Amino acid sequence: MYADYDEIIERISVQALWDFPGGVHPPQQKELSNTTPIETLPLPDMFYVPIKQHIGTGGQILVNEGDYVLKGQALSANDLALSVPVHAPTSGTVTNIGEHVSAHPSGIGELTICIKPDGLDKWTDLVPLKDYVNHPKHDLVNAICKAGISGLGGAGFPTHIKAGEHKDIEFLIINGVECEPYISSDDRLMREHAWQIRQGIDILVHLIKPKQVLVAIEDNKPEAIETLSVACQQQTKYQVVSIPTKYPAGGEKQLVQVLTSREIPTDGLPADVGCMMFNVGTCFAISDAIMEGKPLIERIVTLTGDAFDAPKNVWARLGTPISHLLSAGSYSTSKQESPRVIMGGPMMGFTVSSLQTPVVKITNCLLAPADKELPTPEDERACIRCSACAEACPASLLPQQLFWYSKAKEYDIAQEYNLFDCIECGACAYVCPSEIPLVHYYRKAKADIRIQQEEKEKAEKARIRFEARQERLLKEKLEREEKHRKAAEARKQSMNKDGGAAKDKIAAALARAKAKKEALAQQQGDNATVTNTEPQESTQTSGRARVESKAPSDKKDKVAAAIARAKAKKLAKSEAVSEDKKSDNEAVSQESNIVSSDRKKEDSAQGAAENAAVDSTVTTSSDSPEKKANDKKAKVAAAIAKAKAKKLEKAKMNEQDNTQANTQNESND
Amino acid sequence: MFEIGALLAIVVLALIFGSLLGWVAVKFKVEGDPLVEQIDAILPQTQCGQCGYPGCKPYAEAIANGDEINKCPPGGEATIKELAELMGVEAKPLDDAHGTEDVKKVAFIREDECIGCTKCIQACPVDAIIGAAKQMHTVIIDECTGCDLCVDPCPVDCIDMIPLHQDSAHWQWDFNTAKIGDIPIKQVS
Repeated sequence: MYADYDEIIERISVQALWDFPGGVHPPQQKELSNTTPIETLPLPDMFYVPIKQHIGTGGQILVNEGDYVLKGQALSANDLALSVPVHAPTSGTVTNIGEHVSAHPSGIGELTICIKPDGLDKWTDLVPLKDYVNHPKHDLVNAICKAGISGLGGAGFPTHIKAGEHKDIEFLIINGVECEPYISSDDRLMREHAWQIRQGIDILVHLIKPKQVLVAIEDNKPEAIETLSVACQQQTKYQVVSIPTKYPAGGEKQLVQVLTSREIPTDGLPADVGCMMFNVGTCFAISDAIMEGKPLIERIVTLTGDAFDAPKNVWARLGTPISHLLSAGSYSTSKQESPRVIMGGPMMGFTVSSLQTPVVKITNCLLAPADKELPTPEDERACIRCSACAEACPASLLPQQLFWYSKAKEYDIAQEYNLFDCIECGACAYVCPSEIPLVHYYRKAKADIRIQQEEKEKAEKARIRFEARQERLLKEKLEREEKHRKAAEARKQSMNKDGGAAKDKIAAALARAKAKKEALAQQQGDNATVTNTEPQESTQTSGRARVESKAPSDKKDKVAAAIARAKAKKLAKSEAVSEDKKSDNEAVSQESNIVSSDRKKEDSAQGAAENAAVDSTVTTSSDSPEKKANDKKAKVAAAIAKAKAKKLEKAKMNEQDNTQANTQNESND
Repeated sequence: MFEIGALLAIVVLALIFGSLLGWVAVKFKVEGDPLVEQIDAILPQTQCGQCGYPGCKPYAEAIANGDEINKCPPGGEATIKELAELMGVEAKPLDDAHGTEDVKKVAFIREDECIGCTKCIQACPVDAIIGAAKQMHTVIIDECTGCDLCVDPCPVDCIDMIPLHQDSAHWQWDFNTAKIGDIPIKQVS
């Protein structure tokens, strides 16, 4: 059984915390960037603001190309359940709305609003809610949503959804752990803006009403612990907890486990075990949104790595291309063979595909390592079953098994080994002596499984639609048959009423047809008997054979002639129709004339169609008053000509036999 | 005497179990063919007819009756693998006679060229094209299965099959795309 509230409070007060399984201790490298104050940057030449910078869906775009926007003006709406708006980082003009390289490992283009700053940096009207205690909860949650705040720790989950939760929360945990090496943005924020972070915590406490607030900071940040302790000392409910440095202690599940010994169930949320967690950066943003009315348009980004001559933390507006940040950190190309910039930390970050990639809400660090500092990974070798990965896994999974099954694409079994409980922290890949990029395999497997599920759902939908259509077609067919049956009955009845006249006629016709048929059959029968009875008389047989062969060919000729007649009739009819409809359009009639008069010139039909199209456009250009009508007519004519050409080409193959039959017919005659 | 008793006992037992089985067969009779349903669930439901049958369900029925499992290009290797597992047969490569595996595509109607003949609407197996006679038609992208069946009937050739636009959410962490997407895990030393 997990520890209850009192036990947890007691153990925290004596600093006897719990631990999570596994974990690694990579070199910290934080001192590179955490010694200098946060700097502000000049505006870049262009901002690229992606519509979707969080987990969920992007909102509807509210601006058009060419619009003038003010700093802090909403660019997209929060119209959908999981959507969070984005805001203009400065005042300027929207120059383009389209795809731009995304802050994602793939670098695939995503919908982005480009804003050219006018340099005035003029704020839009801000609506602070300074007396937030007097406002209903709903208003505050709405204000947080309108400010575009999503978790700044890394996952980017919309904050208003968490803040609007109605469950009983025992522990509100403020995450200032920042466990990944190199990154120091939260550290600097806590050192310099502890007071505002506390204001944000106050607002969250007002919303969530927890029993206790725990501010967790790793013990490698003593200055941050100090400043936040000072900021929180008036509040008895707030307690700053120093936790042992171990990666990935800042993971949500791991931090809950360290502080409370409670484990978040698979597919569960921290709220299921009475906890709620926010990043310190999120608290700062909430304070900004409620106390000042400022939406989230900038965040702290750590510029670090040996390729920066001046590593530091900067306030970067969201949408700033990283090339601008590189120059701010005095990035020296000489230390890298080819430009290599990692967005995020060295454990969970990714190499950006372009230096035009914008800073987004979850960008906490840009790491530009010198070539010697972080050598590119070696080729993977075979797994030696050392189980170091299993010992390092903070989620108590079996990374080896996951690796086998992910690599073999046996996703069912991988899921049985709880693939989706993997937090992709990279601890297993860090300890792997065979240099296997384990997390890469897991990410690929997860993406494949998600896509397979999506396809399954889509297939199911298609199946339902297909079956519904089949049903509808069947129903229509039955209805039609019923209608025909009724019509036939009606005809029969009326015929009966008319008396025998019509019936007699039909009977006579039938008799005629029968007689003809019989005669034909008899002739054939004669031939057959002749050939059968006189097989040896060669001369006679050949003569008879000619007759015999002529009889069926006669029939064939007749059928061919009938088909040809029917075709001609059909053509004439269609010609008449087209002439009726477009009597003034010479092109079409000309084209169909070609078709009807000389069926063998089908090859030239395409050319004729093109000519027709050209002709009609020529006429339209000369007829200026009726240009519009003619334009349409010309289009229609062109379409018809195109259609005919296509049809003819297709029919040509089939009809060649018939044409041959025709010619044969002529020669026979 | 003893042998007759044993024989009698066996006959009685056989009768009892026989009638029990007969009763169970009637009582728990399964309606329809569950195998066809299972096969149909594996097939991609594009309803493209490339297998030679008018839709996925007919092909599922044909497979249940012993047809080859490698005639479904939209499903590709993954579907063949699943079918092989279900049917207990050896998986074999896709039969080229029925087409090759291709990227996912959807139909797109060039709307200013569409003459509103409704032929594509009639051809679409999943009712994914909307429009009316002499009105412009358009494809509902989310419903289109990419079956290709609307392209041929179009008298003015205004339908294109366009590969689906890939977004980052559907990116599959391709190992082959060189440096792009490289994850620096294990670079700290």
